[in-house]
Amino acid sequence: MSTIKDMTETKNWSGQTLVTADHMLFEAPRNKHFMTGSEVLKEAVKRCTVDASVSYPITPQSEAAHLIGELWAEGYVGVYFRGENEFGVMSEVAGCSMAGARTITTTSGPGTLRAMENFAQWSGTRIPCQLILMARGINSPLTIQPDNLEVSYMLETGCMIWYAENVQELFDMSIAAFIVAEKPDVHVPIVTVVDGFFVSHTRESVMLPEDDIALFPYEPYKSPLPPIDSETPPGRFLRDPFVMKSNYISYATHASWQWEVRSAVERSRPYAEHFLNGLVHITGNEDAEIAFVTCGTASHQAKEGQRELEKLGIKSKVIKLRTIRPFPKKELLAALEGVKYAFVPEFNVVGWLEKEVKTALYGKSDTEVVGGPRVAGGMSLPAEAIIQEVMEKINPVKGA
Amino acid sequence: MGLDIYKINPEFKDIMPQEIIDLEENATWAQNQTKPRGIKELPETKELLEEHSLCAGCPEAAALRYVLSALPKPEDTVIVNSTGCTSLMFPHIALHTVHSLFGNQNAVASGIKRVLNWRFPDIEKDVVVLAGDGATVDIGLDYTLQSFFRQENITTICFDNEVYANTGGQESGMTPKGQVFKMAPTGKKFEKVKMWELAKTSGCHYSINMTASAPKAVAKAVREAILIAREIGPTYLNIYTPCILEIGLSANEGLGEMKDQDKDRFASYKYVSPEAEEFLKKCKAEGRL
Repeated sequence: MSTIKDMTETKNWSGQTLVTADHMLFEAPRNKHFMTGSEVLKEAVKRCTVDASVSYPITPQSEAAHLIGELWAEGYVGVYFRGENEFGVMSEVAGCSMAGARTITTTSGPGTLRAMENFAQWSGTRIPCQLILMARGINSPLTIQPDNLEVSYMLETGCMIWYAENVQELFDMSIAAFIVAEKPDVHVPIVTVVDGFFVSHTRESVMLPEDDIALFPYEPYKSPLPPIDSETPPGRFLRDPFVMKSNYISYATHASWQWEVRSAVERSRPYAEHFLNGLVHITGNEDAEIAFVTCGTASHQAKEGQRELEKLGIKSKVIKLRTIRPFPKKELLAALEGVKYAFVPEFNVVGWLEKEVKTALYGKSDTEVVGGPRVAGGMSLPAEAIIQEVMEKINPVKGA
Repeated sequence: MGLDIYKINPEFKDIMPQEIIDLEENATWAQNQTKPRGIKELPETKELLEEHSLCAGCPEAAALRYVLSALPKPEDTVIVNSTGCTSLMFPHIALHTVHSLFGNQNAVASGIKRVLNWRFPDIEKDVVVLAGDGATVDIGLDYTLQSFFRQENITTICFDNEVYANTGGQESGMTPKGQVFKMAPTGKKFEKVKMWELAKTSGCHYSINMTASAPKAVAKAVREAILIAREIGPTYLNIYTPCILEIGLSANEGLGEMKDQDKDRFASYKYVSPEAEEFLKKCKAEGRL
């Protein structure tokens, strides 16, 4: 096992050369590999000088959690253990992060819901931990299939939410996520979402930098709240919970604290723009009157739909949202200029992304938002379904 | 760093409140002591608790003062709390404390302890959980026991007042059978949970059931429990701190109630594992106790 004392000015405890996130993400030469989302997450964590990780089994994220365990056994991760359930795990993650550790964990579907009380606590304590959410359906009835309904429950927890489309994006995003979450003026938890199975279990070509480099370690003393390690004067927030004061102080401080968490999420924008090359990515015809607003795997399917529509002589474009919190409102409005119909294909029954898009557009855009096509419970989203949705809208008499 | 963080910048000393100056100059930090800290110093020294907001005569407040006076190394101690009456006192403790959620205290403490071991391999940092019976035995039972199973190096102290006091007097798992409380309007239907026995079965190396009637005994148990947790594994203290309000006693009757219960529900229970026994002997010989 490594110890933190093995770290030097230039090398981390496992002997990797310390580099900046810019070097890791933009400059270091890369080689082609062929791996799944779970495997690529191991490669990302390996290059992030991670102090701690806590795991719990649930399909489809278990393999990713095993692989982080292997990294611990190999000396790349400082602390690793299996918790008792997801509520316990997210509490343990909170403890690790409060004590000054760069911390990562993974969960899926029912695990996310079981742990829910913790996510608001994470943002409220301003810890910069990372949750990799490999989205799956939630009970009942029992399902283990891909479905991203669970993300809707995460939207107002005060955590940042990023959404990766594929294996490559999962690698790059999960590295950038630590760096952005740890910025002293941001310093809130980050949830990096991928669609379970479609990304976690699908093998794709990915370009990775060498594994002899790793990010500089987390610097807990740059935190806006002192870490719980008895090394700095105690933080007033944890010593003086507002509820213990007069009601007037309690109301005002609680409200301003909650606003500040949301402001911190907004302050992540410039960093996210830099590391993600923009909060939205657009493919297809810039001047199209038909657009797809998507995140995750739905983006991939929409791109196929766009190509097929092009063959039929119908111009369209795909506006892929890479961050959900902060929501890229300005970028979305700009991308929808001149667009007549915006379709929102989704992997859930409620259409949470459609609601997000409509909220962003309300009173600011003439684009008509069409919530669909929508699949759930593990169904795939074939390009045909997307084409049909478009045809029925633009050519209602003839249909598809 | 430890004690240094309590030192006041001389530039600001003239504007600091007296109790903060006292904390630097007259608190019993371990680093300044030649012998183990203890309750004997309470009358002359600055306590680590600055007032409190509990009811007049609440035995919990007294018990917390005993606990704080007995921490072997307060300047490197983190206390993890939960929701309840105890959380009313935590803002007044001079140390690093955490209030996270209701019931997850042993899980948070596990994360903190493991990371402190990782980040500070050469400094002994103690992590102590202090929560009520609702947090420890009802809503948080899973996390309490699992931390014992995992052999976490933390001390768990339960201030057992046998009721959810802070929410207005509801029955808890630690309420004695037959007692009428809110949510048990015809009396509690099952026996008081023997948490101290569960602690032993679940892997604690030291488990005690006692009242807070004798300050010295509380202080001794706290010191022993923390030293064992450091070196060997999890330890558990179940301390009766009656809610005088909910059982209809006056502010001056708490001590009498605890003394009565010393012979009844809280008749002394003490388990020390053979390893811990051996270790305590060593500590005694070295003057650490």
